[in-house]
Amino acid sequence: MTQLNFISFQSILSYNGSAMVAMKGERCVSIATDKRFGIQAQTVSMDFPKVFEMGPHLYLGLPGLATDIGTVYEKLRFRKNLFELRENRRMSPQIFSAMVSNMLYEKRFGPFFVEPIVAGLDPYTCVPYVCNMDLIGCRNEPEDFVTGGSASAQLFGMCESLWEPNMGPDDLFETTSQALINAFDRDAISGWGAIVHIIEKDKVTTRELKTRMD
Amino acid sequence: MATVLAPPVSESGFSFENCKRNAELIKKGFPAPKATKTGTTIVGIIYRDGVILGADTRATEDTTVSDKNCMKIHYLAPNMYCCGAGTAADTEKTNAMIASQLELHRLNTNRIVPVATANQMLKQYLFRYQGYIGAALILGGVDNTGPHIYSIYPHGSTDKLPYTTMGSGSLAAMAVFESRWHKDLSEEEGKQLVRDAIAAGIFNDLGSGSNVDLCIIRKGSVDFLRTYDEANKKGVRQASYRYPKGTTAILTTKTKNIVVEELSVRQIEAMDVSS
Repeated sequence: MTQLNFISFQSILSYNGSAMVAMKGERCVSIATDKRFGIQAQTVSMDFPKVFEMGPHLYLGLPGLATDIGTVYEKLRFRKNLFELRENRRMSPQIFSAMVSNMLYEKRFGPFFVEPIVAGLDPYTCVPYVCNMDLIGCRNEPEDFVTGGSASAQLFGMCESLWEPNMGPDDLFETTSQALINAFDRDAISGWGAIVHIIEKDKVTTRELKTRMD
Repeated sequence: MATVLAPPVSESGFSFENCKRNAELIKKGFPAPKATKTGTTIVGIIYRDGVILGADTRATEDTTVSDKNCMKIHYLAPNMYCCGAGTAADTEKTNAMIASQLELHRLNTNRIVPVATANQMLKQYLFRYQGYIGAALILGGVDNTGPHIYSIYPHGSTDKLPYTTMGSGSLAAMAVFESRWHKDLSEEEGKQLVRDAIAAGIFNDLGSGSNVDLCIIRKGSVDFLRTYDEANKKGVRQASYRYPKGTTAILTTKTKNIVVEELSVRQIEAMDVSS
C-alpha cells in the first residue's frame, strides 16, 4: 500500500530521514542514531555517519539534511579545535552546545537544516549532559533525554515510557537501543542499522545494532 | 591564520549566505521547517513593593511539546528580568544580547540602569528587524524611579502598564487580572494573582502548560521562584519497563578507553571591576 505522496510535501528536515536519541544515566550518557541516508523514499546508503566524536567525552549528533550535516560538522570541528588551541583547555558540553546554538542563530534568516543533539560528560566533573536544539539554535537541556530527526515523535513516545532515572551503562544501553529501534521501525525513512555510543568517565563503548533492513 | 580551507570565524551580525539556497528549496516544494515556538502565557504586574513576573514552562514545535520545563523568564540586569513569548530562539538570544549591553552600560555609568533604557534598546532592536524577529516580551524591573512593567511587541511597539499579559494564553490570563488586579496589592496577594493568571493560561490555552515560574523584583532584591507551582503533577509509574541485559542484538562492539591523566580543581578569583 502506498501513501507515498507523503514525502514531497514534507519538511526538508525529513528529506534524507534520520532518528536520533540521547539519554542521561548515572554518571554516563548515551547517544544513538540510525544509519540510513536516503533521498526521500529511496535508500542510498546504510552506513551514513550522523553522530560525531568531538572530544573524548563529547559527542555531537546532527539529524537533518545530509548536505548540511557535513557542512555544520566541519564548521563546528574547526571552531572547537580553534577554541581548544587558543584557550588550552577542553570544551565542556555546555560550552560546546552554546557555540553550536550561537552558530545556528547567526543563520537565523537562512538556517542550516539540522537539529543538533549534544551528549557528553563534563571533562572535569564527569556530570552527564544532553541537549538538543531547533534549527535556529534554541536550546533544550532536559534532565532525562532528547530526540531528533524524522522519527522524533515516535522516539518521544518510546523514551517517555522507557526512561528512568539513575540507569547504569548496561541498562542505559538496552533502554536507548530499544527506544531507538522500536521508534524507527515505525518510521519509513529512518532505520537500516543503528549505532549506540555509551559514554563513561574512563571509556566510550560503541556498538552497532542488528535491526530490520526494510 | 585564515586560509581558504580554514576560514576565520565570521564577523558579528546575522549571516544570509544560505538564504538563496533555501529560497530555491521552497520553490521546489520544500517549505521551510518551523522553529520552536513558545506558545505561551507570560504576565507581569506591579504590586506595592515592586513587580512580579510570571510564565508557564511549555515549548512547542507545531503540536509537539518539545520542552516540558523551559525557562521563559530571562535575566536582563540585577534589577530587571524579561519574559519572552514567540519564537523561542529569538526571545532567548535577544534577551541575552540586550543583557550584555545593559551590563556594559551599568559598568560605564556606575548606576542602576533604568528600566526605560532596556525598553528603548529592545524596541529599537526589534523595530530594526520589522517584526521578523518574533519576540513578544514583558519587561519588568525596579529602578530609582520605582517599579515598571513594559510589554514589547515583535514589531517594536511598547506599552507601559500596571499589569499586562502576552502570548497565546494572554486572554485567559488577562481575564484573571481584569477581575482581580487592584492598586497596592500585597506580595502574597500579588503572587497568588500571578499564579492564578498563569494557571488560567496553562489550563485553557493548549500552547501553554506545565509549571508556573515566578520572579519577584523589589528595590534592591530579587526572588526568582523557578517552579513556584507544579500545576500538573506527573503520575508515578507503577511498573518498570526495563529491558533485561542482552535483549538488543549487537553486531560489533568497540571500546575506546579514555586515560584521565590529571584532574585539577582551581579556584578562580572574581574579575576586578572596581576601577
